[in-house]
Amino acid sequence: MKEGFRQCMAWLHTWSGLVVGWVLFFVFVTGSAGYFNTEITRWMQPELPLHQAMPQNNGRLAMMAMDRLEEAAPNAEFWSITLPHHSQASRHWEDFSISWETTPLAGHEHGIRGREVLDPSSGSSTKVIDPRDTGGGTSLYVMHYALHYIDAQLAFKLVGICTMLMLMSLITGIITHKKIFKDFFTFRPGKGQRSWLDAHNVIGVMALPFFLMITYSGLVFFGLTYMPAGVAAIYGTDDKAIERYVDDLFGDHSHEAISRPTASVPDMIAKAEAAWGKDQIRSVFIQHDGGEAPRVDIGRAYGGQVRIFDAETMRFHAHTGEALPLDPPDSLTMKTNETFRALHEGRFAESWLRWLYFVAGLLGCGMIGTGLVLWTVKRRKQHDAANIPFGHRLVEALNASTIAGLPAGVAVYFWANRLLPIDMADRANWEMNFLFLIWGEAFIYAFFRDIRKAWVELLGFAAVAFTLLPVLNALTTDKHLGASLPAGDWVLAGFDLTMLALGLAFAYMTIKVNRIWLKKAAQTSKANDNSLLGETA
Amino acid sequence: MTSLRQSSHYRWMVVSRVLAAVVGGYALASSAMVLLALLWPLPKAEAVAASTMLSFLLYALIIIWIFTVKRLKTVWLGLIFSTAVCSGLSWLLLSGAAQ
Repeated sequence: MKEGFRQCMAWLHTWSGLVVGWVLFFVFVTGSAGYFNTEITRWMQPELPLHQAMPQNNGRLAMMAMDRLEEAAPNAEFWSITLPHHSQASRHWEDFSISWETTPLAGHEHGIRGREVLDPSSGSSTKVIDPRDTGGGTSLYVMHYALHYIDAQLAFKLVGICTMLMLMSLITGIITHKKIFKDFFTFRPGKGQRSWLDAHNVIGVMALPFFLMITYSGLVFFGLTYMPAGVAAIYGTDDKAIERYVDDLFGDHSHEAISRPTASVPDMIAKAEAAWGKDQIRSVFIQHDGGEAPRVDIGRAYGGQVRIFDAETMRFHAHTGEALPLDPPDSLTMKTNETFRALHEGRFAESWLRWLYFVAGLLGCGMIGTGLVLWTVKRRKQHDAANIPFGHRLVEALNASTIAGLPAGVAVYFWANRLLPIDMADRANWEMNFLFLIWGEAFIYAFFRDIRKAWVELLGFAAVAFTLLPVLNALTTDKHLGASLPAGDWVLAGFDLTMLALGLAFAYMTIKVNRIWLKKAAQTSKANDNSLLGETA
Repeated sequence: MTSLRQSSHYRWMVVSRVLAAVVGGYALASSAMVLLALLWPLPKAEAVAASTMLSFLLYALIIIWIFTVKRLKTVWLGLIFSTAVCSGLSWLLLSGAAQ
């Protein structure tokens, strides 16, 4: 091993970063998209109408929902009614719906669950508008931890290994980087390798708290999968071990079959509305824990705090209507765990903070991208231009195809959403296949073509693919900028405008890289001329 | 500059250290988190949850240690010794609790 602590750390930083850099880049691209997953899904389902809120009577809706629940699930473990409201957690309008779980049959652990969307005017089960078959933003962001084409359990573990190496890269990067504050203000553009190093440092430091948070919370998310030793040693390794552990953490209740509350549910809702406001009622939840009073929980809409699912609740006795005490708050340990998850998902973030999350995610792509490029720039000089080793070529091709080709693949995923036939079988899968086809072809292309030309052309392709998306949208749907901007629909308009901005960013990179390569090419040919004139080395 | 033998020796050193980090480091982090969960004065399930959250920091520190120690022998002996101590103590605590 190399001498000295800092050198060791630099070595570890270089190699832990390189080995998983491309997977991490993919994770950051798809994960960043996840901060807008509902918005992306909305854009990919242009059949859905622009939303209009209508005045509603929550008490009347709850009564209609219970009428339907009595029909659909007379012997249930729980009834849950979602009242129409705007949810910060999902950032879209939640429809009027009911769900339930039947009491389990003998010998079964769980009953059967059901869900229906109801028509707010009649209370009967409705068929919602059926949008086109699409993976939407969800398929895109789920890949950042479940990958694609491979078994999810295996994918969790692979992503976990990459995440651990990311954590190592961050820690060793900080150690290597002794003058962290001074270097932050150092940028030496147009100086080749040094500029790449400066860019890597500036981006890395700029969003360092985000990188540390997102990496560590990502590991904590799958803590039991990655570090199973604790549960295994203390709760055993049998099938029920995890269940015993979870029951220990959250309490284990038996449930009795519920019946329709005889106390007035509209009165309970009115009390909650008086305390929180009319548009703040999320749900009505009816359950009967064994040995305790049957209860009705009125849940407040998610929002206003980091641990977003920890929303306020009012609890009432189902048959007398008197207020009941709530469960004790979660322990500090569980609150810590929930905070990790909440920070990772960023559901609590309203629009400005959400954009900050997204930009921080893109900075993550930038940090990984510049790091990968730096590896090749450092080593390119060591190789004779005519005789570049296979490993170096492989890294160069993976870099170009991932940094330029993968974003182009994401753009083509959106193109496929608009262009594939609406009634095509397996349509949602084919959207995704197109993403990977583009990425794969970009790799083959970059591997066999002159790497400089490949970079310029792939960046240019991404620029065109993103820039033309709003145009394609205008040609294929009626939800284009001309309609969404006047209607003030910032979800749809925001998507088109973001694609345009990404397209312009890629166009800028194309021009920039093209100019630098041209300058380099001119210098090299001049150097070659000189060496022909002078003596050989 | 370096002879072929030296460079292949260097490669084996790197492989051995990577193996130490992946296999030995993970084993030590696992046994240390079990011991931590048993010693942490919290209800059983919470202690497991808390030490699971901390285990990744433990693992990261162990890896850094593995890559900074000069002699490879020290790395492997240190790993084996501390894993044995953590597992032994955990085993004693678990069998004590079972009685």
